[in-house]
Amino acid sequence: MEEFWAGVFWAMKIWLIMIISLIMIPAMFGFSLGISETYMTILMKTLKWATQKIQKANAEERAANNSPSNGLILRENGSMEKELGELRRSRPKPPVGGDFTLSDCFYFIRRGIESIVEDEVTQRFTSEELVSWNLLTRTNNNFQYISLKLTLVYGLGIFVRYCILAPLRITLACIGLSWLVIGTTAVGFLPNWRIKFWLSEWVHIICYRICARGLSAAIQYHNRENKPKKGGICVANHTSPIDVVILCNDGGYAMVGQVHGGLMGVLQRAMVRSCPHVWFERSEMKDRHLVTKRLKDHVSDKTKLPILIFPEGTCVNNTSVMMFKKGSFEIGGTIYPVAIKYDPKFGDAFWNSSKYSMVSYLLRMMTSWALVCNVWYLPAMHQQEGEDAVQFANRVKSAIAHQGGLVDLQWDGGLKRAKVKDTFKEQQQKKYSSMVVGDDSSSNSD
Amino acid sequence: MGSSSSNLNTIPNSQELMQETGFSAAHLLRLYERFEFLDKDNKGHLRPEDFEAVQELSTNPIGDIIIGSFFSPGQETVDFPSFVRILAHFRPAEKNRTRDGAQPEPANSSTGKLKFAFQLYDRDRDGKISREELLQVLRAMLEMQVTEEQLESMAERAIQEADLDEDDAISFDEFKKSLEKVNIDHKMSIHFMK
Repeated sequence: MEEFWAGVFWAMKIWLIMIISLIMIPAMFGFSLGISETYMTILMKTLKWATQKIQKANAEERAANNSPSNGLILRENGSMEKELGELRRSRPKPPVGGDFTLSDCFYFIRRGIESIVEDEVTQRFTSEELVSWNLLTRTNNNFQYISLKLTLVYGLGIFVRYCILAPLRITLACIGLSWLVIGTTAVGFLPNWRIKFWLSEWVHIICYRICARGLSAAIQYHNRENKPKKGGICVANHTSPIDVVILCNDGGYAMVGQVHGGLMGVLQRAMVRSCPHVWFERSEMKDRHLVTKRLKDHVSDKTKLPILIFPEGTCVNNTSVMMFKKGSFEIGGTIYPVAIKYDPKFGDAFWNSSKYSMVSYLLRMMTSWALVCNVWYLPAMHQQEGEDAVQFANRVKSAIAHQGGLVDLQWDGGLKRAKVKDTFKEQQQKKYSSMVVGDDSSSNSD
Repeated sequence: MGSSSSNLNTIPNSQELMQETGFSAAHLLRLYERFEFLDKDNKGHLRPEDFEAVQELSTNPIGDIIIGSFFSPGQETVDFPSFVRILAHFRPAEKNRTRDGAQPEPANSSTGKLKFAFQLYDRDRDGKISREELLQVLRAMLEMQVTEEQLESMAERAIQEADLDEDDAISFDEFKKSLEKVNIDHKMSIHFMK
């Protein structure tokens, strides 16, 4: 019995030593031993081979079926004026007053039915559909049995992911997080010498690098000359909480957010000891002026790290960018936009918070193949003369969407579970009324 | 995203539905996936709230009226066959179809589409669009933007133009006549992609 436990301890010791030497130490010092690169190359080759096999087998079927990534309908996006004009061409214009005809409603009916069949917003809150299966059970939609080899690879994949990669990643994540807490607390004891800032940044980056290894993240940074500088505001599209890890791997940021309890609370308190982050109590969040003031103070201090904000306010599935809330753009200061795009082949990074809790989401991440993403740093933007916060926000949003290859939508992501404000409906009604009532000023009084 | 490996067999009466509505197997499958997607609680039928979750529909001035058209009077639920039958109205009409008097009018012919639009106005399904029913639709489309008098004068004018037998309401034939010059097929069709 004793030998059994001795054996177990010995195995665990070896396991930990391997992890520390092969993964942690390179992570701490920022160099790579090439293990993850080899893994990624093997992975990509395997997926490519699997794709080819599936496509060959499905060649005839594909011709008949709808490819899942295509839409179901082609929407005619003519403007209201154009379409109603066409509808009315058949009628002579009445001499007096408005111009309502029974056929006007056809336009609205058609648009309404199109929305029922397929709409832009709700498809943004489910995971992106894959063109070809990536050998994960969770993305298995219509893919049937193709060949023995493929099924074997699939089975091997399950074994590798759940029995080898997942424990490894979980260990790394635990080590990374505990290191963050210990390290930042230790640094917090130092007085405010220059060395404190340097050490605090170092501690933060190491922790995030370890966490990134813990997710098998392969990140490509583009245009690093545009990296956010101190005293600025970094703005990015939001897909999951892991965005923070991705961005912080390449520099220090000051986080903004609500104070949480539990594990998150411990992390937050620890982080604040070594360098200033902006955490709000729940009650403070409601007071917009207070929030803006605190952020303004932080930004005006040029020694503090740039703030990291996700203006969408919610996680979206990384195929589009939703409305940016204007609050972040009213603070002043330089905005550094960043675009993040994940490659869905290797793992779906989108956190569907209504479907998965944080813990099950993290477990799903740790049992995916890997996390491959591209980060583009865009040139800094300032609010221009005569531009209000909403227009500025939209400008930044378009730039991010354009760079990341995402669709630029004007809908509010925060409303995915609530009803849309009536202002949009009123806009439509206003537009229609101007066509119906027209320039008949005499009846427009009051 | 669809549930795992749904194929035609999971849809009850799929062959009859395809016959009746003219949707291809692929389209029917996609519509079934959409139906399941809208049916968030997996009830097997849809209620008005499920339609209201579509944001774009909420910004449509007659969104509620369109939602209402899916439900027969007095019904609070719509099942998949009814869902598809309504959508079938919006398939582009087949050209060069030989008219066989015995066959029922398909949903996506010009007459079928007109009938759908007519029923949108004629909420109580009594075969005539009354002044009040017309006012209801006008009110929905314009709400705060115009006064009640303007609404009434618009309704008055529309009825005067269309009402041929002077019974102060618009019957289906009068409706059809007043819209005979409109390219119904083009305006009330949705392009389903192959």
